[in-house]
Amino acid sequence: MYPTDLKYTREHEWVRVTGDEATVGITDFAQKQLGDVVFVELPDVGRVLTQGEVFGTIESVKAVSELFSPLAGEVLAVNGDLGTHPESVNSQPHDAWMIRIKVANTSELASLLDADKYDALTQ
Amino acid sequence: MVEFGGWDMPVEYSGIVDEHMTVRTKVGLFDVSHMGQIELAGADALAAVQWISSNDASRLAVGQIQYSALTTPEGTFVDDILVYRMADQHFMLVVNAGNIMKDHQWIVAKVAEHGGDVSVVNASPRYALIAVQGPEAERVLQALTAIELAAIKYYWFAHGEVAGVRVMVSRTGYTGEDGFEVFVPPAQAERVWNALLEAGESTGIKPAGLGARDTLRLEASMRLCGSDMDEQTSVVEAGLSWIVGWKKDAFIGSDRLRAQKAGSLDRRLVGFEMRDRAIARHGHAVMDGDTQVGVVTSGTQTPFLKKSIGLAMVPVALTAPGTPLTIDVRGRRVQAEVVPEPFYKRSKPA
Repeated sequence: MYPTDLKYTREHEWVRVTGDEATVGITDFAQKQLGDVVFVELPDVGRVLTQGEVFGTIESVKAVSELFSPLAGEVLAVNGDLGTHPESVNSQPHDAWMIRIKVANTSELASLLDADKYDALTQ
Repeated sequence: MVEFGGWDMPVEYSGIVDEHMTVRTKVGLFDVSHMGQIELAGADALAAVQWISSNDASRLAVGQIQYSALTTPEGTFVDDILVYRMADQHFMLVVNAGNIMKDHQWIVAKVAEHGGDVSVVNASPRYALIAVQGPEAERVLQALTAIELAAIKYYWFAHGEVAGVRVMVSRTGYTGEDGFEVFVPPAQAERVWNALLEAGESTGIKPAGLGARDTLRLEASMRLCGSDMDEQTSVVEAGLSWIVGWKKDAFIGSDRLRAQKAGSLDRRLVGFEMRDRAIARHGHAVMDGDTQVGVVTSGTQTPFLKKSIGLAMVPVALTAPGTPLTIDVRGRRVQAEVVPEPFYKRSKPA
């Protein structure tokens, strides 16, 4: 079961919305599909993303995948710890956040999935 | 599970990194039954093997094994193979899963052209193959067999029983680690597999999949036919001059290989290490300015060495260790450096 305090995308990102900020990572389902993560490439702080835009890449021993921004907004912070500990995406996927963005358009929140719907999607 | 050469195979069990480290430090178990076996027997079997393959099979004693190549007239790879000398005039070739039918047809045709008393049999359905790999492999396997494993040298084999099943055991593998490959009748394969898991339980044995098999072989600088070389790549270009029997009589493709050895070589596979943080993978271009001059044939982040490494086919001018390489990784130019091979060599040879 996925944490109910998070929202999810069909591209397997999770989103924690706090006020007008959103923290983004990838789900447990996504990390299991990828296997052992070795690199996470994140954007520069200050970059302005549109909803669905590629904001980085994640690479495991066996594959490379793009990361998609669930919401439009400016990048406020990136998780530099993933540079030295990319494996935390595997061990604690819902804590190993990647970017924090300032939500530009709160109406986009309606497009995100709740835990039940995301769980159904991954079955 | 993934489809691989017509077989459904697991990419990973407990995770590629975990399985890789288990093989390097303890012992791992691989089901490699997909590998093919083609046998040649008859009064002229040695002459036939000498004609179709690059290495010198006359140097093999009965019970000994060598790495070799099935070559085209251009000296390129039909496949890379292991040659087992079963008897004076009886050989078994272990070939890649995806190439069994192609290799068998090729060998039948080439042996017929060459003539002599030789029969060629695709024996693949007779064997399941289980690889026990890692520094504890001998100890775990020894618990199940009366064969004196310590007496089997690297690239030799013996017959006997494992877990009460009649098998052939060779001291070979595709991991760069000490270990054995056990040829088992398919009907008894599950029994031997389970017996090995049980015998190795206290040692921490784990099953390992295709993913770890690939990272282990690459870390040990072992080539993957179909990825690092194919029918466009000669044995010398693949950096495998050591599997050419330069002193033996002419074989298929020997003229071109001799010419390349004498100086007509344009390109060769090299090992590289990334200097920037990235993994270069199969198909990524090696660049000189805006011109592609080479191609990455394999690349990964290696769990044991914890380095991003790979193999690339590059012009001879770029093959010296220390040569910087620029690689295009999904549109980004990253720096790598040619390094000596192998990347990893186990400290205590068998």
